[in-house]
Amino acid sequence: MEEVDVEPNITLIPGVDFRHKHLGFVWGPGDIVVYETNYTEKGGGPGGSGRPAIHVVRKDEDIYSPILRKLFNESHHIFVDLQRIKKDLPSKNKKPQFVSISKNYRSVIRACMEELQQIAVSTQDDSLSTQYGNQISILLAVELIWNLCEVLFIDAAPAGTLLLHLLDWVRLHKVDVDVKAREILQSDSPTKHPAYWDLVISFVLQGRMDEARQVLMKQASLQPAARPMFSLMDNLLHKMPIFNPGGTQTLTEFDVKWRHWHEECDRCLQDSSFASNSHLETICKILVGDEDTLLEQKELLSTWYHFLVTRLLYTHPTVKPTDLHHYAQSCMHMFLGTRNALEPLDSILLAAFEFDLHQVIKDCSIALNNWWFVAHLTDLLDHCKLLQSHNLHFGSNLREFLVLEYASGLFTHHSLWQLAVDYFDHCPEFGRVYLELQIERVPLDTERKALKVLRICEQRQMTEQVRSICKIMAKRALRNSRLGSALSWSIRAKDAAFATLISERFLQDYCTRGSFSDLDLIDNLGPAMLLSDRLTFLGKYREFHKLYGEKQFTEAAKLLLSLMTAKIAPRSFWMTLLTDALPLLEQKEVIFSAEQTHELMFCLEELTSEKCDPNPDQPMQDEEVESTKIELLRLALARNLANAIVKEGTVEA
Amino acid sequence: MFVAKSIAADHKDLIHDVSYDFHGRRMATCSSDQSVKVWDKTDDGEWHCTASWKTHSGSVWRVTWAHPEFGQVLASCSFDRTAAVWEEIVGESNDKQRGQSHWIKRTTLVDSRTSVTDVKFAPKHMGLMLTTCSADGVVRIYEAPDVMNLSQWSLQHEISCKLSCSCISWNPSSSRAHPPMIAVGSDDSNVTYTGKVQIYEYNENTRKYAKAETLMTVTDPVHDIAFAPNLGRSFHVLAVATKDVRIFKLIPLRKESATSSGPTKFEVQVMAQFDSHNSQVWRVSWNITSTLLASSGDDGCVRLWKANYMDNWKCTGILRGDGSPVNGSSGQTGSFGNAGGVGGPASQNSVVGAASAGRKKAQLMPG
Repeated sequence: MEEVDVEPNITLIPGVDFRHKHLGFVWGPGDIVVYETNYTEKGGGPGGSGRPAIHVVRKDEDIYSPILRKLFNESHHIFVDLQRIKKDLPSKNKKPQFVSISKNYRSVIRACMEELQQIAVSTQDDSLSTQYGNQISILLAVELIWNLCEVLFIDAAPAGTLLLHLLDWVRLHKVDVDVKAREILQSDSPTKHPAYWDLVISFVLQGRMDEARQVLMKQASLQPAARPMFSLMDNLLHKMPIFNPGGTQTLTEFDVKWRHWHEECDRCLQDSSFASNSHLETICKILVGDEDTLLEQKELLSTWYHFLVTRLLYTHPTVKPTDLHHYAQSCMHMFLGTRNALEPLDSILLAAFEFDLHQVIKDCSIALNNWWFVAHLTDLLDHCKLLQSHNLHFGSNLREFLVLEYASGLFTHHSLWQLAVDYFDHCPEFGRVYLELQIERVPLDTERKALKVLRICEQRQMTEQVRSICKIMAKRALRNSRLGSALSWSIRAKDAAFATLISERFLQDYCTRGSFSDLDLIDNLGPAMLLSDRLTFLGKYREFHKLYGEKQFTEAAKLLLSLMTAKIAPRSFWMTLLTDALPLLEQKEVIFSAEQTHELMFCLEELTSEKCDPNPDQPMQDEEVESTKIELLRLALARNLANAIVKEGTVEA
Repeated sequence: MFVAKSIAADHKDLIHDVSYDFHGRRMATCSSDQSVKVWDKTDDGEWHCTASWKTHSGSVWRVTWAHPEFGQVLASCSFDRTAAVWEEIVGESNDKQRGQSHWIKRTTLVDSRTSVTDVKFAPKHMGLMLTTCSADGVVRIYEAPDVMNLSQWSLQHEISCKLSCSCISWNPSSSRAHPPMIAVGSDDSNVTYTGKVQIYEYNENTRKYAKAETLMTVTDPVHDIAFAPNLGRSFHVLAVATKDVRIFKLIPLRKESATSSGPTKFEVQVMAQFDSHNSQVWRVSWNITSTLLASSGDDGCVRLWKANYMDNWKCTGILRGDGSPVNGSSGQTGSFGNAGGVGGPASQNSVVGAASAGRKKAQLMPG
C-alpha cells in the first residue's frame, strides 16, 4: 500500500554468491524460482562454477495450513451471502444484516482458534505447538481488531450504548478473569486464596458488578465486624447505574443518575468509609475513576485499551464516538509511557479509535502477511458504504484491489482456487480478466478436473478458455492414442481441423484393423458430426456398417452410394467403399437397382481413370492385388446389373 | 518469503534460463553445458528430472515452452547460432517406468549468422509461431503451418533492427483492436544516442511488420523486456531492463483516418523507474496477473515491485544470495537434494510481538 515505508524484507538464498554472480529467476504458480547465474557471460566456453542449484521460494501464506483452510472455506460462504444483500435497500434496514455478517466472520475466526488451541494442547511436538500458538495469537489479534471495527464502524453505536459494546469487547478478549474465577471459587477456601482480591478487582475493572458482589459476600460473611463496611460497598456496586439502550430512560436522565452515584462514591471516599480495609478503598477509588489507582492495576488490566474502557466506564460512561480518539491517545500514553515504540497491534487499534479506517486497513495489510483479513473486512466496510463516507474516493478500488489480491493467493492452492472464482466474480473492474488469466493455468491433471474447470468457464461464457481447455485435452488424448477422448474433446472445442485429423486416424485404424474403436461415441455423434466433412463421413460410414450389421441391406446400399455421389467420402477412401459394396452385390437378392449399379460403375470408372498413371512408389504386388480387386468389382457389378434389369423388367410386367 | 525447496540442478555449468510450462507442473532448464533438462513436479510437490539431453554445440541461452494446445513442445536458442524445436513423444513403457521421457529434435533453425540471443513463441491466438532474435540484429518469425508436423517451419518474416538484438517480447493482447506487436531490445553498446527498444506491428494490408515506435529515452543497452498481460485495457505496459528498471505505458493514438495503413502511433509514458539495482538490470518479468514485476540486477538481487490501487510502485521484497561459498559436492549424491527447512529472516512486521519467527517455520509444512 502506498505509504509503506518499511524496508522490504530480504530473503536469503543459501549457497549463492551475490557479490560475483547474478540471481536468475522465473515466476511459477504461487512461487518464484531463483538460481545462480552470470548474465555477462557471452562466450561459448565453460564460464561458471559447477553444480548450480535452483531454489523454489514461496510466499509465506497461510493457505497451506489445514486448519486455516476451514477459515477460508467458511468465510467464503459468508462473503457470498454478503454480496447477495440487495444494494437498493435503505442502509438503515441493512445494518442488522451487516452486523450479523460481521459476527459470522468473527465466529469463524473463533472456531478456528479453538480448534488450533485443542491441537496445540494435544500435540507432542514442541515446535508444532509453538507454531500453533503463534497462529492462535495472530487469530486472536485479528478477531480483536475485527470486533472493535464492528463496534465502532459497522454497528456504530451512539453515546451510552457505545461503552456497553466496548465493555463487551474487553470482556470477550480478557478471558483469563473467568479462568481465574473458576480456579479460586473451586478452591477450599476462596477467601484465603492469594488472588482473591485480584479477582474482585478484576470484576470491578470490567464492570461486572454482580459477580464482584457475589465474591465479596464470601469475605463479608467471615468478618462480622466489618459487615457494615462490606454492605456499604455492596450497595455502591449494586446501585451503579447502567445505561439501558432499550429502555425509556434518556441519555441525559442516565447521566444525571450516574453523576449522583458517582458523587456518593466520592463522598464515601472523602469520609474514609473504607479506610480500615485497603482493598475496599482501592475498589472505591476505582469506582470514582481515580487515575493513579487505575494505573496501579496495570497487571490486572494488562492492556492500554482495557484501561481505556475501564477509565471511560468510571469517568465518562456517555462518551461520544467522536471523543473516543482523545481518550484513546491519552490512555495509551499513560499506560505505555511515551518512550516505548508501539507494537503494530497498538497502532492499529489506536487508528480504529481515531476512526481512521484507511489507516487500519493499511496497517493491517503490512502487519499480516495474508490478505484474508483486510480483504473481507474492507469488503464488508465497503458494503456498509463506510469507505465513501470516510472520504476515500477510491474506496471501491481499494476493496477490489484487496479482494483480487486475496483471491489470486487462493488460486495458487490446488483446491482452494475454486473459492477464488466467486471472489473474482464480485470484482466488477478486473475480476473477469483475472479469472481468465488464472483459470487457464489450473493444471488439468485429470479429465474430472478439466471438466470442473470447463464448467466454470462455460457458466461465464469464457469461450476462448473453453476452447483452449478442450484443445489441450484433445491434444493430450491424441498423444496418448486415446482417439475417442481426443475426438470428443475436439468436438467440444469445435475444432474442425483437429476433428478432421482424428477422424482420419479412426478411418486409418479401421482400414488396418477392420473394426472401429469407441463405437459409443461415433454412434452418438448427432449434429456434432457436421463439425468437419471428414467427421461427417466417419459418422455416416459407421452408420452404413450398422445398417449392414442389422441386415438392412437396401438402406445400407443407398447410404454407401450416397457417400460417394454426394462427395462426402474422400476419394482416397472410394476403393474401400466399393469393396464394401461387394458383399451386397453378391447377395442372392438384388439390392442395388439398375440405376444405382450404373452409378457405382461410374464411380469405379472415375477412380480407375484417375489411376491410369502407374504409381512408381507402389510395389508391383500391391498393384496386382488392386487390379484383381477391380476385375472382381467389375464382374460383380455387371452381374448385378443384369439381375437388376431382369428383376425390374419382371416386376413391371 | 522463504526458500521452500532447493534442488541440485545437476548441470555441469552455469544455468542461463529456467522456464515453467503453462500450468506450472513442468520446468525446463538450460545451461552453458549445452544441455536442456526437463523437470516434472509430482503430486507431493517434488521435482524430478525426467529428461536431460545435449541440445546445442554452444551455451544454451534461453529455453521456452509452447502453449499446451500445441502439445509438449520446447524451443531453445544458443551461442551456436541456431534455435531448435523439441517435442516430447510418448515413450516406450520401460522409459515410463524409469520416469524418463523422450524429446525429439523437430527442427533446427539455422538462418542466423551469429549467436541467437532470445527465442519466444508468439501468443497462441496467432497460431504456432516462433520468434528468434540474434546478435546480427535480425528478428525472425517462423511458422509451423501444420501443427501436427513440427518438422516444417517456414521463415515468415525477417525484421532487420540494425542493432544487435538481445531480447524480444510479444504483446499478449488477443483483442481485435490490437494488431500483433513485438518489442525488441538491443544491448548494442557501439551505437549511443539511439533508442534501444523498438516496437514492430503487423500490418494487415502489407502483411509485413513495420516499426511503430522507438523508445528514444532508452539509450543504454537493454537486456530484457516484457509486456504485461493486457487486462482488457486500451493501453499496453512494457517493462524494460536497462541501467535501471523502467515501466512504460504505451497508449495507442487514434489513427487520423480509418483507411490509414500506417502503423499505430503511441503516446509513451514512463509509469515507474527504479534504480535500486545500482547498475545493470538483466531480467524483468511479470507474474500471471501482472500485479508483481520481478527484476534481477548487478547487485545480485532479485527485487519484487508492486503497484497499489493508486498505481504507486514500491519494492515489496528482495531475494539475495547469502554469500556462502557454493557447495560443490551437493549435486553429486543424487539428482535432487532437498534442502528443506531453510527459513528466511523473520518478518519485521508481525502483529503480535515475537509471533513471526516460529510462524515462518510454519510455512514450511506441506499443505
